[in-house]
Amino acid sequence: MTDWQILWAERGVFVDGFLNTLQLFGLGTVLGFLLGCLIVFGLEGAKAPLRIALRIFIDAMRLLPFLVLAYLFYYGLPSLGIRLSSWEAGVSALVLYHGAYFAEILRGARVTLPPGQVEAAVAQGFSMPRMFLRLILPQLVLKSRGVIGNQLIILLKDTAFLVIITVRELTAAANGLSGTYFIPMQAFIVVIGFYWIISIALEQAVNWMGRSGAKRGFKNA
Amino acid sequence: MDSTAWSMLLNGAWVTLWISGVSIALGVSLGLIIALIRSAKIPFVHQVLGLYISIARATPLVTLVLFIFLSAPTLGINMDRSIAGILALTLNTTAFNAEIWRSAFNNFSNDQREAALAVGMTPGVYFRRIMLPQIVITSLPSLVNEMSFLIKGSPAIAVIGIVDLTRVTNRISAVTYEPLPPILAAGALYMVIIAALVWFQRVAECKANRLAM
Repeated sequence: MTDWQILWAERGVFVDGFLNTLQLFGLGTVLGFLLGCLIVFGLEGAKAPLRIALRIFIDAMRLLPFLVLAYLFYYGLPSLGIRLSSWEAGVSALVLYHGAYFAEILRGARVTLPPGQVEAAVAQGFSMPRMFLRLILPQLVLKSRGVIGNQLIILLKDTAFLVIITVRELTAAANGLSGTYFIPMQAFIVVIGFYWIISIALEQAVNWMGRSGAKRGFKNA
Repeated sequence: MDSTAWSMLLNGAWVTLWISGVSIALGVSLGLIIALIRSAKIPFVHQVLGLYISIARATPLVTLVLFIFLSAPTLGINMDRSIAGILALTLNTTAFNAEIWRSAFNNFSNDQREAALAVGMTPGVYFRRIMLPQIVITSLPSLVNEMSFLIKGSPAIAVIGIVDLTRVTNRISAVTYEPLPPILAAGALYMVIIAALVWFQRVAECKANRLAM
């Protein structure tokens, strides 16, 4: 059997790892994005203490490598009596870390939003949550779609860090196979191909969002 | 945490800093060379470099480090851990830097080139005396931003057993059985390093805006 035939015979391992990576990526994206929206909503009308706390949280996450946060959740929290599985620790680190980045991206777009619309909405009697959901958030997302797309690619690449805290994802699959059959090069070429495909798909999705956004009059990505 | 733990942490920080520093220096200059070659648009080379940039930007650092470190022996190359780490970080950051330089090339005004050629400068002199000094300043903020991304990605080299600032926390907690303090201390050290870069980026941005072209 050639090396490639061995890999084909073991394709289930790759598919499992791929699905696990996709699952981590999907959970991280959806929950992280929700967290980011919540933080921006909190910054919107909040009083000083909450606002300062949120800013400190965002800046702290932006200064920290992702793996250190994952270490903190997986190795650090048990000494406080909170024991997470590697998968739970990985997902919560992804959500918290990238939630802060999404919040920072949306906040950057919020600063450039003209205040007239908000004032008009308040004058029309919009309640705060309703105004945020209907008026502010859609514009922020459309405005910052390009940066959000980049962040999604960074999120995808950060899922690979979780192999270090023993999560069974795509990189772990290649690592395991190369350990079993001593064919590291081919195994990793396959995995890098997988990551490449997801990234290209993400880039296409961002381009598509750009076109559909341009139709609605948001030209600057 | 006692003084040995702290000195281990600082050693780890030193490993992170020198490996990242070498990769940054290599990555910035190789990125410039690649951007220059790509701007010449040589048929086959252009596509190959484009493919490299596309793949390198999509590959996670951990995967790249493992790939290089594990497959080097199968090619008969005996590679040191730190060399493998530097190679992976460099391959990654070069691709991003090449794109930064390329966009700087593209945004550079053509009028200056025409004027320089009209007064009789050779393209080489024009690049060195006119273009390079200006694009260095305009792309410095993005380059520094990429440097802080590299440092945030550098814990990936821990996966092949380099004892950097992240992995050293495991070593310390193996002795003290208290993982939380070293992880928090390592996080604080990372924050100091990256905050220094962010500050530098802000200074560079001020400079670039003042010289806005």
